[in-house]
Amino acid sequence: MTTAPKITLTDGILRLQGDLLISTIEAVNWSTPQSHDAKAIDLGAVGRLDTAGAWAVVSLERQLGLTGQTIGASEPQDGLLRTVRDHMPGPAHPGAGQTGIIDELEAVGRRATSAFGATISIIGFMGQVVATLASLIIQPARIRWTSLVHHMQQVGLNAVPIVFLMSFLIGVVLAFQGATQLRQFGAEVFVVDLIAISILRELGVLLTAIIVAGRSGSAFTAAIGSMKMREEIDALRALGLDPVEILVVPRVLALILMLPVLGVIANMAGLIGGALMSWIELGVSPGVFQSRLASNTGVWHFGVGMIKAPFFALIIGIVGCFQGMQVKGNVESLGSLTSASVVLSIFLVIAADALFSIFFSIVGV
Amino acid sequence: MTAAPIISVRGLITRFGKNTVHDGLDLDVRRGEIIGVVGGSGTGKSVLLRAIVGLLKPAAGKITVFGEDVRNTSVADYRRLRRRWGVMFQGGALFSSLNVQQNVEAPMREQLDLSPETRAALAAIKVKMVGLPENALSQMPSELSGGMRKRAGFARAIALDPEIVFLDEPTAGLDPIGAAAFDALIAQLQSALGLTVFLVTHDLDSLHAICDRVAVLAERRVLATGTMKDMQEIDHPWVQAYFKGPRARAALVQKDTA
Ligand SMILES: Nc1ncnc2c1ncn2[C@@H]1O[C@H](COP(=O)(O)OP(=O)(O)O)[C@@H](O)[C@H]1O
Ligand SMILES: [Mg+2]
Repeated sequence: MTTAPKITLTDGILRLQGDLLISTIEAVNWSTPQSHDAKAIDLGAVGRLDTAGAWAVVSLERQLGLTGQTIGASEPQDGLLRTVRDHMPGPAHPGAGQTGIIDELEAVGRRATSAFGATISIIGFMGQVVATLASLIIQPARIRWTSLVHHMQQVGLNAVPIVFLMSFLIGVVLAFQGATQLRQFGAEVFVVDLIAISILRELGVLLTAIIVAGRSGSAFTAAIGSMKMREEIDALRALGLDPVEILVVPRVLALILMLPVLGVIANMAGLIGGALMSWIELGVSPGVFQSRLASNTGVWHFGVGMIKAPFFALIIGIVGCFQGMQVKGNVESLGSLTSASVVLSIFLVIAADALFSIFFSIVGV
Repeated sequence: MTAAPIISVRGLITRFGKNTVHDGLDLDVRRGEIIGVVGGSGTGKSVLLRAIVGLLKPAAGKITVFGEDVRNTSVADYRRLRRRWGVMFQGGALFSSLNVQQNVEAPMREQLDLSPETRAALAAIKVKMVGLPENALSQMPSELSGGMRKRAGFARAIALDPEIVFLDEPTAGLDPIGAAAFDALIAQLQSALGLTVFLVTHDLDSLHAICDRVAVLAERRVLATGTMKDMQEIDHPWVQAYFKGPRARAALVQKDTA
């Protein structure tokens, strides 16, 4: 269908033949050695010509200093050549070549300062959210109840099955592992203390927070981020509405209210799983499990776990919404910030958990 | 002109659930013309465009482009066919993670095996042709204004020198001067590249300035086709209101004095 282009030099005229198309121009050797003697370029034998072909011809003209010396082009081809001549790009810009050691160092410095800046701004954001929360507690009429209930359902109710199942399985695993170890000492019955303390104090709430960070923190970032991308946040501001009050507070508040509830559910599921496994593996009947739980495990273990829940919720909510607000115009930043949001909130939750452990051991509960 | 139409749509029916958008729509587009497709909002102009380029499967009907059936082709045939047209979507639809140059290079990269230098040079020409400054090449779509985004979308649509370009409301949302410049650009490229242009538009000025023919979409079909002059004669309330309303008269006056 297409005839391959050819270049021939006769009588000082560079003759082009065939179809000069985007698909064919690279098959030609444009730098014929003697072509510098050429006085004109003849397109009389050229079949089809497209922008790419015209670009090749115009580049050739320039290279040989023959601009305007092209003959034999049909009327439309001439029009195309003129258009391309008018729009030839300037000399190629030298790309951002190799990077030296200075650039590397500069990049490290940049990263350090931007990490510092991000820390400052996330703390600022947290202050803003907490202040807005406080002002809403004074004026509860301004709370967006519909939105709050919607998010409570999203982050709370809809997470119940996964949280229950996860915690149940953790209880099972703890009982099973504990049983094999404790049986060696004939101390099987201590499995109850093991399960109760580890689930109530640490694992129930911590693992729930981690699941919620993965589930809801990422959803917050994605939702707020895509609103940011579509200028919805700017639209809110332009209407005189505060995006923190409308978008962030309901989400964070929903998390603060629901994470403790999910924590209680996780604690129950973990104990049920542990009790079931103790019964099967060690023959500790549910009745014995229950009485030992009631007599040997102080209620403070439960309290210590529960105190942490609202703080974890605050961390997850703030990080998720903050990262959403950082989204720039492109989709890529949305993706990378969503994953950054999950990683950061899980990290901060675990770090906070460690701080809580130190705190509680100092105050001695 | 008696040559076979470059696009032919026969008996097109498209539905979304119970919402019938087109019901027995017929349309012919001739090679080398600029056809303006007009119609009220939601009459299915964008849907028609998507059906023609094969992005949407109609419930019934026959669509041929370059004499080939768009619906019943092999994947390889469709790929080959697709190279011969370019589409500019409503709003530009630039790839937001690529800069303008990479956006314009994207079709070349996918369809052809060109050297990076050639690709870059061709992308630069296309970008300058649509009236963007050369430094726009390295900008990301989110850094561009709406009008620049449309121009970049147009540059991507003509990256492979297609025979047909489909433009979905290219001048909507542009200021009158920008819109007029875009019209001029379409006309200029149409004559330079010998394009056939399928232009979905609301812009009466564009219709007057550059369209050879107009197709009016209403009542789920193409109600009428013809030149702008023919449109004045058609006795249908919507067509009358559209082509004889105050805005239409203004556009006409502008054209006569121009
Ligand atoms: N993906 C879709 N799903 C359901 N309905 C759609 C979809 N795309 C378009 N429609 C409907 O088809 C009709 C025509 O839409 P469209 O072609 O976008 O209108 P316009 O003529 O303004 O471009 C509208 O009623 C719209 O609601
Ligand atoms: Mg549309």
